Amino acid sequence: MSNLTAYEKVAAARGNKRPMGGYFIKNMIDNFVELHGDRRYGDDGAIIAGVGFLNGEAVTVIGMERGDTIEERIKRHFGCPTPEGYRKALRLMKNAEKFNRPIICFIGSSGAYCGIDAEERGQGEAIAENLYKMMGIKAPIISVIVGEGGSGGALALGVGNRVCMLENSVYSVISPEGCATILWKDATKASDAADVLKLTAQDLKEFDVIEKIIDEKDLTSEEICSNLKNYISEEIITLKKMSKQELLDQRYNKFRKIGR
Amino acid sequence: MSLKDFFKGLFGKESKEPRICKKCNEEIKYSDLKANHIICPNCNAYMRMNAFERLEAICDDETFSPIDEELTSKNILNFPEYDEKLEKAKKATGLNEAVVCGTCNIEGKKTAIFVMDSAFMMASMGSVVGEKLTRLFEKATAEKLPVVGFVTSGGARMQEGIISLMQMAKVSGAVKRHSDSGLLYIPVLTDPTTGGITASFGMLGDIIIAEPNALIGFAGARVIEQTTGEKLPKGFQRAEFLLEHGFIDAIVERKDLKDTLSNLLAIHTIA
Ligand SMILES: [Zn+2]
Repeated sequence: MSNLTAYEKVAAARGNKRPMGGYFIKNMIDNFVELHGDRRYGDDGAIIAGVGFLNGEAVTVIGMERGDTIEERIKRHFGCPTPEGYRKALRLMKNAEKFNRPIICFIGSSGAYCGIDAEERGQGEAIAENLYKMMGIKAPIISVIVGEGGSGGALALGVGNRVCMLENSVYSVISPEGCATILWKDATKASDAADVLKLTAQDLKEFDVIEKIIDEKDLTSEEICSNLKNYISEEIITLKKMSKQELLDQRYNKFRKIGR
Repeated sequence: MSLKDFFKGLFGKESKEPRICKKCNEEIKYSDLKANHIICPNCNAYMRMNAFERLEAICDDETFSPIDEELTSKNILNFPEYDEKLEKAKKATGLNEAVVCGTCNIEGKKTAIFVMDSAFMMASMGSVVGEKLTRLFEKATAEKLPVVGFVTSGGARMQEGIISLMQMAKVSGAVKRHSDSGLLYIPVLTDPTTGGITASFGMLGDIIIAEPNALIGFAGARVIEQTTGEKLPKGFQRAEFLLEHGFIDAIVERKDLKDTLSNLLAIHTIA
């Protein structure tokens, strides 16, 4: 385990070179076919989604992605999903349910896209609908926080039977900068805010919000990806043994007991 | 239990102090406000109702029965200034938390009801608000009751960190189980309803009602302006804006709310 401070982990999670959804899809999923669009309005670049095989198992994968080059980052609006992104994700989760495929979500975003157009097209409604419908998806869901898990925009892909985090990823109700601004009217105190928010993988494991931490220390991206792949594969085997009702109950109860 | 008795226990007394209208800055006598549904008689601004006023306006006399009123928040993260904020909010409102839950009759129809009070830490949702709402929906599911909810909130409660965020999923799950049982849920969105509440149970009603001019949105208007540099259109994130964009069913004036809810409950009565 690394001994980075909370804010160093925030920096690592946001790191310019940090692998996001696109990397894990590319390196974990065989025969991946990307599927576009929400069949309502548009196709969101901040969410890559599709189908393929994971160790021979047909799966649906949905990943947040910000892109590598500046052009790509603009196209993917820096990995902040629009309502269309969440609706695309939900559409493909329903599709996975129909064909009885496990669903894997990779989460890494500073938050849902913030803009006039997103509000006009119901950013709040889109996230709410995902939380609500994901509670009823009759297929295994595994959510992985790979970068910054930014508030409701991250949770909208996070209602899983299993939720795990990479060691240096973070997951928080508000950004440390936002918190510091509210608390001390000083965004430069973000490091202190990161401490009080308890947003590291280790904190969340302690709160029973996540089941598993995937080690990162001294490992290459390839090794991390391979370990994560093994974890997901094993959990899919376990979850596939459950009946549809057991899957729903396990997911409901997992969240039901938080803050009881 | 009589509402007055219930709230006397909480407030010690009914608040009858004059209030200042934030829109026209006029100081309004409480009796004038009360006679006008807590709407400013000077400029017609909808002023924020406290939990007591809301319940009194909606519940039939002597029918409100509180649930889990004793539940109170703990400072689970040891978050700075949270204990003080909670104490201050309790003192100011007489409430133990930002939501009051219970059952009541609305024109004779038994209903589960929740009312959020923005005077309690902007009615932000921490674990107790999430737990009380979840228990209310679970009870309504077990007892086959509709749920009517008066929603106002600044969003998830920062002071409880990730636990607050998870309440969005928890409550949404309970709303879903209630809905799957064929039961009616009507949120009434009031000023202001923002952030994680718009992105969870605020937007999950079978029928979503809003009060005129209520601020309803996900991202904060100032944040949007700063992030995008765009000028916000007139009426942005107001109830009328949401109606125009298809995200709420109806805007109902305060004086008509009880009749409208009663009518909708009657239409949805399970034979
Ligand atoms: Zn006024």
